[in-house]
Amino acid sequence: MKRSFWQRLDALARQFSPVLLTLALVIVNILPTPLPDIARVAPVLPLMAIYHWSVYTPELMPTPAVFFIGLLFDILSGAPLGANAFIFLVVYGLVSSQRRFLIGKPFFIVWTGFAIVAAGAGAFAWVLTSTYHSHLLETEAFLVQGAISIGLFPVLDWSFQRWQRAFLREA
Amino acid sequence: MAERSRPFTRIAAPIRSLAQRFTFLGLIVASLALILLGKVDVAAVERARVEVTDAVAPILDALSRPLDAIDNAVVEARALLDLRQENARLRATNERLLQWQAAAHKLEAENRSLKGLLNFHAPAEMSYISARVIADAGGTYAHSLLLNAGTLDGTRKGQAVVTGDGLAGRVQEVGRRSARVLLVTDLNSRIPILIEPSRTRAVLAGSNSKRPRLVHLPLGAVVAEGDRIVTSGHAGAFPAGLPVGVVASVGEGGIEIQPFVDRARLEYVRILDFGLDGIIVRQRRDGAGGDIDRAAANRP
Repeated sequence: MKRSFWQRLDALARQFSPVLLTLALVIVNILPTPLPDIARVAPVLPLMAIYHWSVYTPELMPTPAVFFIGLLFDILSGAPLGANAFIFLVVYGLVSSQRRFLIGKPFFIVWTGFAIVAAGAGAFAWVLTSTYHSHLLETEAFLVQGAISIGLFPVLDWSFQRWQRAFLREA
Repeated sequence: MAERSRPFTRIAAPIRSLAQRFTFLGLIVASLALILLGKVDVAAVERARVEVTDAVAPILDALSRPLDAIDNAVVEARALLDLRQENARLRATNERLLQWQAAAHKLEAENRSLKGLLNFHAPAEMSYISARVIADAGGTYAHSLLLNAGTLDGTRKGQAVVTGDGLAGRVQEVGRRSARVLLVTDLNSRIPILIEPSRTRAVLAGSNSKRPRLVHLPLGAVVAEGDRIVTSGHAGAFPAGLPVGVVASVGEGGIEIQPFVDRARLEYVRILDFGLDGIIVRQRRDGAGGDIDRAAANRP
């Protein structure tokens, strides 16, 4: 049966929602917060989204989208261009290849997976920034940022799960 | 339908997975190439950054407004709670400031008459642009902010960005509607300063940590905790005398400065147009550079 225009539009919107949600998190991540001292160690929200969608629905998160989300994040946050694009792509590649292991496992395992990913991303960021400026940076900010990201992951993951169940069931 | 498509998928699937793998590797290589390209500081890369930032700026501008409103409500509520204490404190401060005002009046008059004696040339009057912080690009890579004022408002690269407390940073990139501010704590920030009590020159270097450090301090310089740091105006990069911070600690690891400006409380800032070209202005082909060159030519 042929689907109506609105039905197709609806399906399309649902299909693009993981990408759009991740883009929204890029914006949210750089909005000014009144919380003291948080900006320096702000958690990398898009990384959580990339991780989540790579585990559960990598087919709705095409590689070019991952690349452009990373690039946009780099541009807006003032990071070296390509840094987050690279991290997101590597995370996407690694996680979507290991998703058979992760899927259906208790949340704790998925969370541990994210902790490993966040630690790796933080370590890469430290190495990159240090070589970029040929100056060994203090590790404190990277550690705190990693800890906040890992601590916040369950909240985001839970919201994404809800979203998935509500809108992406048939996808 | 499904019957017919099966042979097609049998051939197409490997090709598709191959194509996907190629896209993936291609994009990885592209991102690594971009990292290297950014390091060599290509003008096209900067232009692209500015264009994208400009395009997103209206969204950020709209979204950061309600956040400000919430923030203001919290501040208001807190202010109401300690109104009495605040009042007492303000009375005391007011008394002290009145004494300072008297001193300032006296010194101003004295200064004016001495300047008259010396035939002193006053530096050009400063004008400023007020702008709102629309994004605080968090994270560990860079310490920067986005403002909702660009070349259309008269913002130019290299201008100093201040708040009532003191120097926040300088304009690093500028688009038509938005500008990026490099905060004094950023690793790339270098600001010529004076240690006020001893008039010693040094350079304030950011380190991506909370407190920037003093470098290029002359031998035998005397620095104590609590010394005020102001911009020196050397190299023409900044107007002289903008308050920057106080010496927080003097130790083996270097001299750390606590900036006066609190990053979390930045909401509105002023971009100073102090009529100095500084070290950042280069001959540029685009329209934005033209104004600067003309301004430079007009100056005696």
